[in-house]
Amino acid sequence: MLIESGETRCKNDQNEESPEGATQLLAFVIKMTITENDIWQILKEVPDPEVPVLNLLDLGIIRDVRFNDDEIEVVVTPTYSGCPATSMINMSIKLKLIEKGFNNIKITNQLSPVWTTDWMTEEGKQKLKAYGIAPPVYSKNSDELFSKTDEVECPLCNSKHTHLVSQFGSTACKALYQCDDCKEPFDYFKCH
Amino acid sequence: MNTETQNNRLSYLLYLADTSLILGQRLCEWCGKGPVLEQDIALSNIALDLLGESSNYYQYAVEIQNEGKTEDDLAFLRNERDFKNLLLVEKENGHFGDTIARQFFFDVYHHLLLSELKYHSDLKLASIAEKSLKEVTYHLKWSSEWMIRLGDGTEESHSRIQKSVNDLVDFTDEMFIPTNWELELIEQKIIPDIRAFRTKWETKVLEILSEATLTIDFEKSRKLTGGKDGKHTEKMGYILAEMQIMQRTYPNMEW
Repeated sequence: MLIESGETRCKNDQNEESPEGATQLLAFVIKMTITENDIWQILKEVPDPEVPVLNLLDLGIIRDVRFNDDEIEVVVTPTYSGCPATSMINMSIKLKLIEKGFNNIKITNQLSPVWTTDWMTEEGKQKLKAYGIAPPVYSKNSDELFSKTDEVECPLCNSKHTHLVSQFGSTACKALYQCDDCKEPFDYFKCH
Repeated sequence: MNTETQNNRLSYLLYLADTSLILGQRLCEWCGKGPVLEQDIALSNIALDLLGESSNYYQYAVEIQNEGKTEDDLAFLRNERDFKNLLLVEKENGHFGDTIARQFFFDVYHHLLLSELKYHSDLKLASIAEKSLKEVTYHLKWSSEWMIRLGDGTEESHSRIQKSVNDLVDFTDEMFIPTNWELELIEQKIIPDIRAFRTKWETKVLEILSEATLTIDFEKSRKLTGGKDGKHTEKMGYILAEMQIMQRTYPNMEW
């Protein structure tokens, strides 16, 4: 194999130029030098399909990245049991890694420890707000019936005079609120 | 673990999965037909949570079976007699009050059960329970609040939901009456003793019904059972027909 003047050339058994061989060898070399941290950085490029301003790291659903020989294993924890985005996310991870030149990828779904909105990054919460979705806030009396729910700020006008319309919103993770000041309805990412 | 216990353990997983699946399927029938938009969405969201939960149990079941099946095979290709869901979840949706009453009776039980299962020694089962418990807490809150709104509502809402409660009482005992395969698992301490849940369940139900100004007569219950042994009501056939027709007509079809 020759690496000269920036060009990688490879010869096969018949001593002919082999471009496929060169690509494979290059991929091998890249893989040998890649670290787990590099994979984490790549995963930052994968957006949440429902809320594309967030990446998978913002959501806190990537729990681990492991190298098993030449296999890359990504451990993912689903958010809600019935979340239809889960399989899309798994596929997006695979496609992104394939795009970056890896082809031996395993996605492991890990249910426990159970995902919680506590794992969402601060940056993620800011991005949600900028997108128009109120980020999760802690509630004290969430088990009480008809309880006055968490003080949720309107993501549009920042007023704290908001009220819950329904605990169940447009997706499994969201509730529906309305602002009493600017009157706009908005989604709230539920505390989970 | 001997073969009989292994089979019973599988039956238990199927019981959990089937119950959530059939209830989820029933709630899906409301999609687009809810009384108001927000409650239509609430019903669909609850259905989604239940389908997700059942999916987790089915995936575990096919792993144990180790016959190369998928969760879809279990959900879409089994016949009535193989399903182990509670009779309660087969009951028709009826009007919104009927659905709320059915949901409420189930949610109280579901919450109690998952609270126990979350500490199960089978870590996989425990993690499924722990995950679903978070969601079921919302379901219970929602159905409890609606029982109160309807019960302590107008004269009409009150009389309608009272009738729903009276009509469903026959189906509430099955949750606490173990069938043969459950008894074996209880003896082996593999599953919690559901008979012990009865008191807690009754206490919670009476607490909410009292605030809803509703009554319930447990003595009148005919204590209907059979679901866990595959002996279902007539409605089960219709539910399965609608749910399974696509997969049976076009085998191995995928979206």
